[in-house]
Amino acid sequence: MSEKMNGSNTANPPKADQPVVDLISVRHLTKTYKMGDVEVHALRGITLEIRRGEFVAIMGASGSGKSTFMNIIGCLDVPTKGEYILDEVDVSKLDRDALARIRNEKIGFVFQGFNLLPRTSALENVELPMFYKNVSNKSRHDKAMEALRVVGLEERWNHMPNQLSGGQQQRVAVARALVNDPSIILADEPTGNLDSRTSVEVMEIFQQLNHQGITIVLVTHEADIAQYAKRNVVFKDGKIKRDFVVEKRRTASEQLATMPASVDEDEEVIEFEMTSEAKEQKETAR
Amino acid sequence: MNIINILKVAMRSLGRNKLRSFLTMLGIIIGVGAVIAMMAVGEGAQYSIQQQIASLGTNVLLIFPGSTNQGGIRIGLGSRTSLTPGDLEAIQTQCPSVAAATAQVRTGAQIVFGEQNWGTSVLGANPSYFTIRSWPLSLGQYFTDADVRGATKVCVLGQTVVDNLFQGGNPVGATIRIKKMPFKVVGVLEPKGQSAQGSDQDDIIIAPYTTVQKKLMGVTFLGIIMVSAVSDQAMVDAQNQITELLRVRHKIQPWEDNDFTVRSQTEIANTAQATTQVLTILLASIASISLLVGGIGIMNIMLVSVTERTREIGIRMSIGARSRDILYQFLIEAVVLSMAGGALGVLIGIVSSDIISALANWPTLVSPVSVGLAFLFAAAVGIFFGFYPARKAAILNPIDALRYE
Ligand SMILES: Nc1ncnc2c1ncn2[C@@H]1O[C@H](COP(=O)(O)OP(=O)(O)OP(=O)(O)O)[C@@H](O)[C@H]1O
Ligand SMILES: [Mg+2]
Repeated sequence: MSEKMNGSNTANPPKADQPVVDLISVRHLTKTYKMGDVEVHALRGITLEIRRGEFVAIMGASGSGKSTFMNIIGCLDVPTKGEYILDEVDVSKLDRDALARIRNEKIGFVFQGFNLLPRTSALENVELPMFYKNVSNKSRHDKAMEALRVVGLEERWNHMPNQLSGGQQQRVAVARALVNDPSIILADEPTGNLDSRTSVEVMEIFQQLNHQGITIVLVTHEADIAQYAKRNVVFKDGKIKRDFVVEKRRTASEQLATMPASVDEDEEVIEFEMTSEAKEQKETAR
Repeated sequence: MNIINILKVAMRSLGRNKLRSFLTMLGIIIGVGAVIAMMAVGEGAQYSIQQQIASLGTNVLLIFPGSTNQGGIRIGLGSRTSLTPGDLEAIQTQCPSVAAATAQVRTGAQIVFGEQNWGTSVLGANPSYFTIRSWPLSLGQYFTDADVRGATKVCVLGQTVVDNLFQGGNPVGATIRIKKMPFKVVGVLEPKGQSAQGSDQDDIIIAPYTTVQKKLMGVTFLGIIMVSAVSDQAMVDAQNQITELLRVRHKIQPWEDNDFTVRSQTEIANTAQATTQVLTILLASIASISLLVGGIGIMNIMLVSVTERTREIGIRMSIGARSRDILYQFLIEAVVLSMAGGALGVLIGIVSSDIISALANWPTLVSPVSVGLAFLFAAAVGIFFGFYPARKAAILNPIDALRYE
C-alpha cells in the first residue's frame, strides 16, 4: 500500500482488479558519492512503491537524483543504504550474477543515448539479451523480429545503428528492452535526444506496451511527455517532492493524429502497420 | 552465452579491426615460426649426425692432424701437416687391431671430358677407402695399391660426375682431364645418394692419394687418416695402439701434447650431437623470447580493446551479461588471436625451414612434436596474457562501464 509521504500532493495508486502486489518497493534509499573529501548526496531517503501495470514518469530538476534512482532500481548500481525489493526479492542480498540475471530477465533498460552496439545490425542488437539467456538460435531470431515488429522496424532489421535515425535507434533499443518479456521497462530520458513528433511515437510504443501489462518507469524533463504516463513522481534534491496521478492523461496515438504528418513517407507506412499490429497485440493479450 | 556464440562475437570483433588483429598476431606468427624453424634446424642437425653414424659404421676411427683442446674437435684442418704417408704405412702394418687404413686428401677441381666440363671435389685415398666405407662399384674396377705407389693418373667416378660428363655413355677406359691433366677412368661407383647433411655423395672423383697430393695439390702431408678396427670391441685397442705408435713416430716427449687426434666416429658424433642439442635449446629459447614478446603484444592490444570497448561492456552488462560472459568474450578473443597466429606461425615455420634447407644446404627436420608444442605454447600465451585484460573487463561495475567516456 502506498504511504502518504514527502509530497503535498500524494496520489492514490491506480486501482487494479487483481490482488495488489508491489513490483518495486524501495525504503529509505540513499546514495552518497564520495569525491575526495566532498560527499554528494544523490539520494536522501526515497521510499516508493510501484505496482504491476503502472506507468510512472519521474520528473525533477537536473541533479535531483533521477538517474541515480533509475540505475539502482535497474540493478545497474547499488544503494549506499536502504531496502529494495523487486518482485518480492530483496535485491540488496543478491550477488553480481544474480543481478545480471535480473537485468536480463526482469528488466528492460532504455537509455537517453540509445546505447546500441555500434556496427551491429538492429536485429543483432535486439537478439543480444537472448544470448545471455541461452535462447535457441531459431526462436532468438523469431523473437527479435517480433520485437522489431512491435516497434515498427521489422523492415530495417539489417540496418546498422548509424544507418538509422535517432527515433529509429531508440525504437530498436525499446525492442531490445522488451525482447526477453521483462516485467518492467526502465527508460532514462528516452526522448531526450528526439524531436517532439518522434518522442510521441516512442511514447505510443510505451503506452501500447503498458497496455499489455508491462510496468513502465521513465524519466523525463518534459511535462507534456510526463502526461502520457499514469502517475508522476517529482524528485527534488534526492527526495520525492510530489507523487500524483495524471488527471488528463494523453494518448499518443490520438496526439499523433493531430500532429503534422512526418516528411518521411516510409514512416507513415510503418506507423500504419504498427497500429494494426497494436490491435493484434491487444487481441492476443486477452 | 554458449561457446559458439562467444566465438562468433570474438571473430567479429577481431574482423572489425583486421589490420590491428593481424599486427597483433604477427608477434605470435613470428614467435611460433621462429621456434619451429629453429627446432627444425637443431633437430635436423641431430638427425643427420645419427645418419652419419649409421652410414659410416661404428668401427671407424679418424686421425686428424693437430691436437684437441678441451674436447673440441677440429675437423678437416688442411693446414695441419703432422700426418705423413709414413704414418699411414706404419698404422697399417704395426697396429694389430687395425683392419684397414686409408689416407684422405681433398681438393676441388674442374673436370673436362670432350665438350663437357664439371666442377667437383677430388678425393685422394687408398683402395681400402672403398672397403672401409663399403662402397661397391657399378662398373669397371677400383684403382690398386700399385697405382697408389706409382701415383698413376687413374680415377674412379661417382654417378653424378658420370651423369654430367658422359650423358649415359660408358666412361670406363675414357680419359678425362682433371686440372688439365689426363686421368684414365677405371671404375664407376654405385650411387649412394644424398648424405645426411643433404650433400650429394656421388658428386665425387676418387683417385690414389699420392696422385692427388703430387699432381693436383703439390703437397706431401695427409689430410686425414681413416681406419677401421678389426671389430667394434677392438676400437679402444686400436685407438691406443695408434696413439702410442704416432707418439713414438712423431718423437713426442711424455710431457708434450699429441700433435694429432684419434677419434672414433661415434665419439665425434656424440660430441657433435651434444653441441647441436645445446644449439637447439639455445635457438629454441631465443625464438621463444619472440613468442613471449608476441604474448605481451596481445596483452597490450587486449588492454586497449577493453578500454575502447568499456561502453560495449557496460551495454552488455546492462542487458544481462554476467562477469564470466565478459571474461570469456575477451579471453576467447585473445586465444583466437594467439591460436590463429600459432597456426600461421606453424606454416611460416615449416616454409622457412624448407627455405633454410634449400639455401644454406642445412638439413632441417620439422617434427610433429615441435609443431604441437609451439602451437600449445601459443594458446597458453593467449590465455596467460589475455586473462588480465579479460578480468579487468569482467570486474567492471555495470554503471561505471556504461558511464565511461
Ligand atoms: N558517479 C558519480 N560520482 C559522483 N557524483 C555523482 C555521480 N553520479 C551522479 N552524481 C551526482 O549525484 C547527483 C544526482 O545525479 P543524477 O545523475 O541522478 O541526476 P539527474 O536527476 O539524473 O540529473 P539530470 O536530469 O541532469 O540527468 C548529482 O549531483 C550528480 O552530480
Ligand atoms: Mg539523469
